[in-house]
Amino acid sequence: MGKTATDWLLFVVLLIGALLMSGPFVWMIATSFKPAADVFQFPPTLFTADPQVENYVRIFSTISFGRAMANSLVVSVLVTLLQLVTCSMAAYAFACLRFRGRELLFLIYLAALMVPSQVTLIPNFILIKSLGWIDTYQGLILPYAFSSFGTFLLRQYLKSIPAELLEAARIDGASHAQIYLTIVLPLAKPALGALAIFTFVAQWNNFLWPLITTTKPDMQVAIVALATLQGQYNTDWPLLMTGSVIAIVPVLLVFVFGNRAFIAGLTTGAFGGR
Amino acid sequence: MARSRVQLTRVARAEERAAWLFLAPSLVLFAIFTAIPVISAFFISFTQWNLFNEVTWVGLGNYIALAGDEIFAKVLGNTAYFVLVSVPVQIVLALLCALVLNRGIKGQTFFRVVYFLPVVTSTIAAALVWAWLFNSNFGLINAALSLVGVTDLPKWMGSTRWAMPAIIIVSIWQNLGYAMVLFLAGLQNIGKDVHDAAALDGATGWDRFWHITLPLLSPTTFFVLVISIIGSFQVFELVLVMTKAGPANATNTLVYYIYQNGFQFYQMGYASAAAMLLFLIVLAFTLVQYKLQRRWVHYG
Repeated sequence: MGKTATDWLLFVVLLIGALLMSGPFVWMIATSFKPAADVFQFPPTLFTADPQVENYVRIFSTISFGRAMANSLVVSVLVTLLQLVTCSMAAYAFACLRFRGRELLFLIYLAALMVPSQVTLIPNFILIKSLGWIDTYQGLILPYAFSSFGTFLLRQYLKSIPAELLEAARIDGASHAQIYLTIVLPLAKPALGALAIFTFVAQWNNFLWPLITTTKPDMQVAIVALATLQGQYNTDWPLLMTGSVIAIVPVLLVFVFGNRAFIAGLTTGAFGGR
Repeated sequence: MARSRVQLTRVARAEERAAWLFLAPSLVLFAIFTAIPVISAFFISFTQWNLFNEVTWVGLGNYIALAGDEIFAKVLGNTAYFVLVSVPVQIVLALLCALVLNRGIKGQTFFRVVYFLPVVTSTIAAALVWAWLFNSNFGLINAALSLVGVTDLPKWMGSTRWAMPAIIIVSIWQNLGYAMVLFLAGLQNIGKDVHDAAALDGATGWDRFWHITLPLLSPTTFFVLVISIIGSFQVFELVLVMTKAGPANATNTLVYYIYQNGFQFYQMGYASAAAMLLFLIVLAFTLVQYKLQRRWVHYG
């Protein structure tokens, strides 16, 4: 078999794979337009003869889904901004400055990546509860305001900045704050972009922490509202699929526009530390 | 000479002070939300506490209770089943996809994005649509199976035998793209000239795959293996949405059990003990893999 014949065969295999990978999304969208009774047909049909836009109105009136989407946006954006600040500051210290205990502290930050998040879940829950921060934005946001992963990713990138460049600025009398703000941050834009997209996506999809630290519907984030919806309307599949479509749209948009940066971020995490 | 040394230490001291100022925000947040909680979790695991009554010190009581807990034994078995099936299947499929996409086939950017979409999708939303696809009465999967002549249709999430395979299928679908992207990056690190040289030496496609690509790719494979195992030990959201650990605990997994005990039964000590065991298991697996890597991972 020649190279072109093999390539065609593989192309067809990839196409079937793409159908399997995207099938659930197509099914989700198709079901979201179905009238409630349509879903109990057997065998099921992909497209309904009677498409309903009404599901997209109903979801915002039956539960406070609009509020939940706004909560998700507020929490994800603020967590992203905070991490950009805290991680880039720490990364600057680790990559560009000399101080005693640097290697040890970096190792401790890295070791934290090994701890499953479920280990710190209960103590953090107890902390937030005793502070009276259940159902608050600070309770949702502050535990995620810093990440070892972000620091690691940015440090790898900052290490590639030539030391002479920073040395020259220092000889010219620039302070560390000036160097960080006017030289390091602008140079680190690609890495900051990757971290921003990665953090936004992870935070938007974060589930267990907002599940246990919110009790009022008004404070739920979109993904928790979606899980709650399942408990209340567990056979109303068109409504559940409508909620799913709406809840994943922001992340898909961010991904489609920033997928290069996102994947660059993931692979830096994988190969930077070798 | 002496003067310049004094200046140097003054500069070094200023640099040190600046470093700690830059580290301050991260240190505070790291201490409050990571370091202290890890230590607290360790101590809480030796207590009995439901958040409302007084804390009672029970020593190793929770760990002894876990050792004799029949459901916990089942939970460990289920988690092992999930990890041992989903990780190898996912890695092999991801490697195959990456190898094919690395050939420069047309539409490869499109394929890469489509295969990666499930990775960025919320697991809750993904689990919801798959629960609907796996619905044994009206779902698309059983409709397709009956179309090709299967008469004894599986009850999927309603059956002790098929519930776990259903969750495994969804997990593979969701995580495949991540491993694939890592493999693709690894393959691109292997220069084309290595392959050209081998081809000139008369190595066939298979020879090149087994003796060049696979060994040169082994650091990536190692990394993918480690993070896939860590990730699969933490399966939770799929279980919550698709089966709620049922039927008869057939899909109850470690993290779901921690969640149940901590946030449904309010047994903070017992849940913390289970969480410490999860930590130990993940740590042990990672260390063993680091030990074993010398035998099969080749760093160029």
